[in-house]
Amino acid sequence: MITALRKEFLLQWRTRAQAVAVFVFGATALLLFSFAIGPNSAALRQHAAGFLWLGLLLSSTLTLSESFLAEMENRAFEGLLLLPVSPRALYYGKAVANAIQLIVLGIALVPVMVVLYDAGTTEIPMLLLVIALGAAGISAPGTLYSAMTSQARAKQTLLPLLLFPLIVPVLLASVKATSLAILGDPMGQATSWILLLVAFNGIYWSLCGLLFDRVVED
Amino acid sequence: MLANHRFPKLPYALVALGALCLLAGSYLGLFVAPPEHYMGNVQRIMYVHVPTAWNDMLALTFAFFCAVMFLFKSDFKWDARMEAAIEVGILLAFLLCCQGAIWAKPTWGVWWDWDPRLTTTAVLLFAFAGILALRRFVDDPVKRGVWSAVATVIAYVDVPIVYYSVRWWNSLHQVQSSPSTVSSQFYLPLRLNAFGVLFLMTGFIMLRARIASRRLASELAPPPQELEGELV
Amino acid sequence: MEQESLAIDASHLARRYGRRWALADVSFQLRRGAVMMIAGRNGSGKTTLLRILSTAIRPDVGRAAVLGHDLIREKEEIRRETALLAHYSYLYESLSAFENLDIVSRFCGGPPPAAALDRVGLADRADDPVATFSAGMRKRLSFARVLLQKPTVAFLDEPFGQLDPEGFALVQQVVAELKHGGATVIIATHQVDRVAGFADVHLMLEQGRMVSP
Repeated sequence: MITALRKEFLLQWRTRAQAVAVFVFGATALLLFSFAIGPNSAALRQHAAGFLWLGLLLSSTLTLSESFLAEMENRAFEGLLLLPVSPRALYYGKAVANAIQLIVLGIALVPVMVVLYDAGTTEIPMLLLVIALGAAGISAPGTLYSAMTSQARAKQTLLPLLLFPLIVPVLLASVKATSLAILGDPMGQATSWILLLVAFNGIYWSLCGLLFDRVVED
Repeated sequence: MLANHRFPKLPYALVALGALCLLAGSYLGLFVAPPEHYMGNVQRIMYVHVPTAWNDMLALTFAFFCAVMFLFKSDFKWDARMEAAIEVGILLAFLLCCQGAIWAKPTWGVWWDWDPRLTTTAVLLFAFAGILALRRFVDDPVKRGVWSAVATVIAYVDVPIVYYSVRWWNSLHQVQSSPSTVSSQFYLPLRLNAFGVLFLMTGFIMLRARIASRRLASELAPPPQELEGELV
Repeated sequence: MEQESLAIDASHLARRYGRRWALADVSFQLRRGAVMMIAGRNGSGKTTLLRILSTAIRPDVGRAAVLGHDLIREKEEIRRETALLAHYSYLYESLSAFENLDIVSRFCGGPPPAAALDRVGLADRADDPVATFSAGMRKRLSFARVLLQKPTVAFLDEPFGQLDPEGFALVQQVVAELKHGGATVIIATHQVDRVAGFADVHLMLEQGRMVSP
């Protein structure tokens, strides 16, 4: 597992230009969303959390499918499977690395959101927690589905088709919790959304780990 | 063997019985049962809506069961049944969304009111449609079966999570009408239709599973004894 | 033959891609420590057979034991003791030669990759990314990958492809060393004359079936 994680970080570091490109894509998406609303600061501020998470979600499909591109290039992933290593360790290595990459991306998109939508917040720890849980919730099933779709035809279409309906709860909870951090949380509702994210993560990090070797073994 | 070429009496009988039940139930529901006190004639859509909802849950639960059985037993009859159950489940989910919209328009003045059950159904519709798309894009029957079974398990586990998250998200919503709040005059058409949809659905799933088994049987046929034109 | 002395015990292996059977009804036994040559034209099923025996793909029909372990149920045991030199290089383009091998040696719990790099003559290019390597150098690097796994059974698929004459000699030396160390080596090739000299057993494939040589 540690070895698997080391390998993922090494790969990500070598292809960091890719991560920068994904960030630019996400930031562009945030810019485009504001055109959909118009120059109305109050409305933009109201929707800032939703736009942030949609931007992150759209970027995540790029990150996730990219993470299996290097594995498929020379069938390197098959080479790893033939070593004495459990597919589960490979899955957790990849899912954790993807989660961390998405967390970094999410944090990088926050200043863009603050500037474009005037959506500043002082609840920094809260915001970080939500980004971490939301990104992890996307990564757990996303990494599994990406392993599938990278071997199928029409991979670009299939990944979002399978992933987006599944992570509706993650999107709802993350948007709500982020919104509460930006606009204030007089009723103290954020906790229940955080708990929902924790539950989703708990379920899918274990379930996908169990199912992964069935997906990658021929 | 997987394929059975005998004429399938049972599924056709179920389809016929289901159609009869639906006809009788809908007749009772539309013309015999009194209009509901508060909602009037609009409420009559419940005689098909509620049975569709129950049976859709049943169809997708059966698909989940088939997926788990396939992952454990690797027997392709479960793959065929899962494909059939998902397709019928998607059809029912689509009907549910349409009926829900038809119900919502006169009741709340909008087509879509983000009711947790309806929204969960819509999410399910897209999730399982994605799984059918996945099946179309994988040629190897073993991979197709395993991957779609894995995706089915993952999507099914998501159902309660989606439901509760939508309910919290849209918490300012009126209490749902459920069969327990409906008086006894409404029971008969509701039950007739529920069994009607159940029989129809079971018949459809059985017929669709037969088609899937036949295709699988040709895909999984053993190698021929001698290859054509082989010279030894 | 005694069960313990068998490296491979395959019966009725078959595999299909779509509607075409790439391999059909292949059965053979191979004792430990032997060098086997699988010969046949392109598309005769050599690669498919090696990929099945190394657990990269499943057989659709038939069963086999590698070193006494069942091909389907005991994949991990087989993978611990075998290595496959495949058509695919199994290398990450963006990582250096050293980093690629380092991943393998960490997963196998083996020695650091310096010696293996030296053995295949790539020590001076260790820190260059694989993307800058020629086809022959990639083949050598894949060979180093196999050596690092210290296999008891080595599957070599077209080991001579893309190599220069020096490389041919290297492959022959390595196979001799593996055999000397008690390993079983299975070589799939269409270059029969290169291997026939030192192979103990021959197997001919034609259209996915075994034929007498």
